[in-house]
Amino acid sequence: MTRQMTGAKMVVQALKDQGVDVVFGYPGGAVLPIYDEVFQQNDIRHILVRHEQGAVHAAEGYARSTGKPGVVLVTSGPGATNAVTGMTDALLDSIPIVVLTGQVPTFMIGNDAFQEADTVGITRPCTKHNWLVKETDALAAVIHEAFHVATSGRPGPVLIDIPKDVQFANGHYTPPQKVDTSHYQPQVKGDMEEITELVAALEKAKRPVFYTGGGVINSGPAASQLLRELVEATGIPITSTLMGLGAYPASGKNWLGMLGMHGLYEANMAMHGCDLLVNIGARFDDRITGTLDHFSPKSIKAHIDIDPSSINKIVRADIPIVGDIAHVLEDLLKVWKSRGRKVNREGLKNWWAQIADWKTVDCLSYTQTGKTIKPQHALARLEALTKGYDRYITTEVGQHQMWAAQYLGFEDPNRFMTSGGLGTMGYGFPASIGVQMAHRDALVINVAGEASWLMNMQEMGTAVQFRLPVKQFILNNERLGMVRQWQELLHGERYSHSWSEALPDFVKLAEAFGAKGILCTDPADLDDAIIEMINHDGPVIFDCRVEKHENCYPMIPSGAPHNQMLMGEDSAKDAIGTAGAVLV
Amino acid sequence: MSALKIKKGSTKHSAYNLRPNFSDKTETHTLAVIVTNEAGVLARVIGLFSGRGYNIDSLTVAETDHAGHRSRITIVTNGTPQVIEQIKAQLGRIVPVHEVHDLTVEGPSVERELALIKVAGTGDKRVEALRLADIFRASVVDSTLDCFVFEITGTPEKIDAFSDLMRPLGLIEIARTGVAALSRGS
Repeated sequence: MTRQMTGAKMVVQALKDQGVDVVFGYPGGAVLPIYDEVFQQNDIRHILVRHEQGAVHAAEGYARSTGKPGVVLVTSGPGATNAVTGMTDALLDSIPIVVLTGQVPTFMIGNDAFQEADTVGITRPCTKHNWLVKETDALAAVIHEAFHVATSGRPGPVLIDIPKDVQFANGHYTPPQKVDTSHYQPQVKGDMEEITELVAALEKAKRPVFYTGGGVINSGPAASQLLRELVEATGIPITSTLMGLGAYPASGKNWLGMLGMHGLYEANMAMHGCDLLVNIGARFDDRITGTLDHFSPKSIKAHIDIDPSSINKIVRADIPIVGDIAHVLEDLLKVWKSRGRKVNREGLKNWWAQIADWKTVDCLSYTQTGKTIKPQHALARLEALTKGYDRYITTEVGQHQMWAAQYLGFEDPNRFMTSGGLGTMGYGFPASIGVQMAHRDALVINVAGEASWLMNMQEMGTAVQFRLPVKQFILNNERLGMVRQWQELLHGERYSHSWSEALPDFVKLAEAFGAKGILCTDPADLDDAIIEMINHDGPVIFDCRVEKHENCYPMIPSGAPHNQMLMGEDSAKDAIGTAGAVLV
Repeated sequence: MSALKIKKGSTKHSAYNLRPNFSDKTETHTLAVIVTNEAGVLARVIGLFSGRGYNIDSLTVAETDHAGHRSRITIVTNGTPQVIEQIKAQLGRIVPVHEVHDLTVEGPSVERELALIKVAGTGDKRVEALRLADIFRASVVDSTLDCFVFEITGTPEKIDAFSDLMRPLGLIEIARTGVAALSRGS
């Protein structure tokens, strides 16, 4: 059975057939036919953002909190170019996003038409794949294929550029089951010999550690379940990257906390001292490894990743396993159990004793005294007061992001949405909108810095219009905190352009948008203010005035290995040499 | 070092061949990349090389199967073994890339390149150029009273050698196709 319809109708039909319930977008001349179809149906909800970058981040928030692909609909030219940052963000964090862009009619492409941009050319390096559809007959199949590509293997953003005449023209609609996707089927099952070799290494290791990443979360809930089973059954310590938080619960007994540049002392020391490092769905990012010459020097390295290009890219894998985390962990557990559930008990006992010793350093301790709120304290209170809620956290980028990762505990996957790879300031607010759209009754909090938050503050209009009660928890230090910290450590305390002189009154700003604003300056008022924020049924801007010159520790300074962390102000003086200074 | 054969859809892909012994020595490899013949596919491949800082020594591309919409891109590249492995893995990630073959490590292969070489000269030099062309089995495809265009086919080294010899004899211009390569046997 083939059905005739216009290209614009096909877009909406294809989205319905893909189970899409929400689209984030912004209309314009080149997508008007699609918007006309969106208007004439009720199955797909369209969320009108205030800037196309916001649409992509919102779709990312939706995708990361649900595991389903996020969908974006924007116009040609500036609509598409404004979406580039979001797509790059999704590419680096492996988030499935389908972006539909309008394009000038096919007969005008290449003529510098109004609002024309070479969208597929511009977005080729920032998407997993993209398509320019020149025939209406091909449109539906391309959309279905795009969903397949975005969600298969290592997920990522895809873009479909649809000229306006293709939207108007009639063509045959191809249903999803008729689309051939056989040419793109990444491998999901790991090699059994390699898995067996990893099991043998796990049985013998005296000082093993699991280093997990966003791949566990991308693999789906089953992967997190299997990971938990593996960790509990073997008794091996586990740490995670920023992207992987929540896959193993923060309250779990084997949890070491996050690792990396601002990771916990015990996690980084374990990475440095281990004899078997099992990377599960992470990619040896430079925020994790520190200097490669001294990275985990005594360990055998196993690496499980669905993307073959991740393996041996940065750190040579002794035991490489290409496959989907859930599939590999299932096989791994099966093999380990069938071989008698062996671990090196004596070794592990000593290893845990060593870790317990490192934990006594208590690297996250801080002292809240006086009349100024410490940012760490603000987050510790937020954690305590929101613990029992159905809670989702997003963040912007900077010090507050690292403190959120350090001081908030994540018990489940898909609960922490943050820009990891690209480090996109302005990510958190629109992402929180996307999360709230997917989880209407949940408590969604964006932990923000005032500078990041201002980068996409226009989305306040979106939150108010669609009655999305997102809580904007802004740690306001009137500084670009992380930039200021680096200038202090690296650039002789010359604070070049790292503060804002004309910040808005956030309470009045909230009120101007028709939302609620809360100002908190005194530690004594903090708990009540947070409770007021939680209980307010609507979007809130929480202006939490914090210590202006607080630095984020622990910190592995640029060019240093894991065992040379800065723990506080005293150790930070002249800690970064000239070789480290060129690194970011 | 073995090849990273990325065949999408295959579950038999073993990760064993992801275990190269990394060294710092730069190697030259010839890669054959089978792609869907669609708009932008060459830009994707070239963009990968420029975006990630890999080298291209030579590149040829043409459709090889019209009915199947397949093109073959032959790339000669250089890098350390780790970089070569990365290039192959990154090529394999591109959606319209179907197969990546490293002809340098997948067993014996033949490589050929074609060049057109224009040489101007009179008298002894003209005679000498003709004589050398004969030795190299280059054929004359165009001739005027003071100019030849030679066609030569062979390995890149052979063409290098021939063009080096032609230089003092009046070489004016050279056009090379880049390497086309196939593995030997079936």
